[in-house]
Amino acid sequence: MSDAVAPVEAVASSWTTATVREVERYGESYVRLRLEVADRTDHVPGQHYVIRLRAPDGYTAQRSYSIASDPADPLIELMVECLPRGEVSGFLHDVVEVGDVLEARGPIGRWFVWGGKIPSICVAGGSGVVPFISMLRYARRLGTEPALRIVASAQTRERLPYIEELEEYGAFIALTRENHDDRVAAHIYPDELAALTDEVERAYVCGSVGFVSFVGRILGEAGVRSDIVRVEQFGPTA
Amino acid sequence: MPITRGFTGGNRRGGDQRLPPGQYDTGSGWPVLSAELTPQIDVDTWSLSVDGLVEKPSTWDWRGIHALPESSYFGDIHCVTTWTKFDTTFAGVSVDSLLKIAQPKPEATHVMATSTTGYTTNLPIDDITNGKAWIVWEFDGKPLTAEHGGPVRMLVPHLYFWKSAKWITRITLMDHDEQGFWERNGYHDRGDPWLEQRYQGDA
Repeated sequence: MSDAVAPVEAVASSWTTATVREVERYGESYVRLRLEVADRTDHVPGQHYVIRLRAPDGYTAQRSYSIASDPADPLIELMVECLPRGEVSGFLHDVVEVGDVLEARGPIGRWFVWGGKIPSICVAGGSGVVPFISMLRYARRLGTEPALRIVASAQTRERLPYIEELEEYGAFIALTRENHDDRVAAHIYPDELAALTDEVERAYVCGSVGFVSFVGRILGEAGVRSDIVRVEQFGPTA
Repeated sequence: MPITRGFTGGNRRGGDQRLPPGQYDTGSGWPVLSAELTPQIDVDTWSLSVDGLVEKPSTWDWRGIHALPESSYFGDIHCVTTWTKFDTTFAGVSVDSLLKIAQPKPEATHVMATSTTGYTTNLPIDDITNGKAWIVWEFDGKPLTAEHGGPVRMLVPHLYFWKSAKWITRITLMDHDEQGFWERNGYHDRGDPWLEQRYQGDA
């Protein structure tokens, strides 16, 4: 990436181990893991790790999770949403304890990354906020917060991880099923986004398929060109 | 690598013989992944070109491509993000039909597939010929939806699905390999799911 402060690692990562140093569970929805990754390569905010579990009979299951931590953090932080039938997220939520060793591979991805400078707007739905937490922490350390505007939406406070950190940063928060301060429960409105897109040179959108499609439309209405929008989406169509 | 304490894979979604290593069965859902916003493409202005090292650079519009012999695929598709979807049906035309008309020059060894969004992916010519690749506009008997690459996408089901470029508009034949979008951004140049060629550096 041309704006990367640290050059994005060009060499591919290989499998290593990640020792769980902290576990915090948030109700039934999320689990926050802080991992000590052996032979770690610095990441760029926006990248992800693959976590792999191995059963005694050799069976493995692996899934990708966005990194929430700043590159300078000695640990890698993941915030994992617990999905129905999620064989990896369910294990991480229900079973993992401090001291457990997982297999990890990363950092991965060189597209949905922010190098710390380019004036950007980030729009997240629910757990889609995780890569933006890494960007936010990075911006704070670099002192480039004015270059990074964050909009985060979820049904309720409980469904939006890191909501206190987002509030403290000054992120625009749109809850759809409960009021948030003096904003009544509602989806993001185009004029709310438009007010935040002045001079923006890039937009990042992360969330479910439906959310990304909705935000893509309202970004367009707010005058953001589709060719500056970078997308990361998850979840199936029906 | 060590066994993960407490992990038995008791509710495993992998392990089926039809699953390549590291993949799981996504069931009836079809996850959507793309690096860019979904474009809305009008079939009246859509076209597909085959150019580069060919004797007859050719372009088909929506009506023109439907005039070619229909070809369909029934089988599984595999995404690098580890889901596999079993028993899909796609319909469109075989890439062989397009190349029969465009006539690749003998020195052509690779292609670059390009989407209307600017997305690109590279493929050896051997991976898109002899019945291995399609240009499709139907999924399970219905028009392919925009978020899954409609109106028209490429289908190369024996490779990870990022090779099956959504919103395809151009196939360029080349005498060398050149990385496409995800290949430049950390993913494998070929992407064979049975060899688990996910990222740059995998064998």
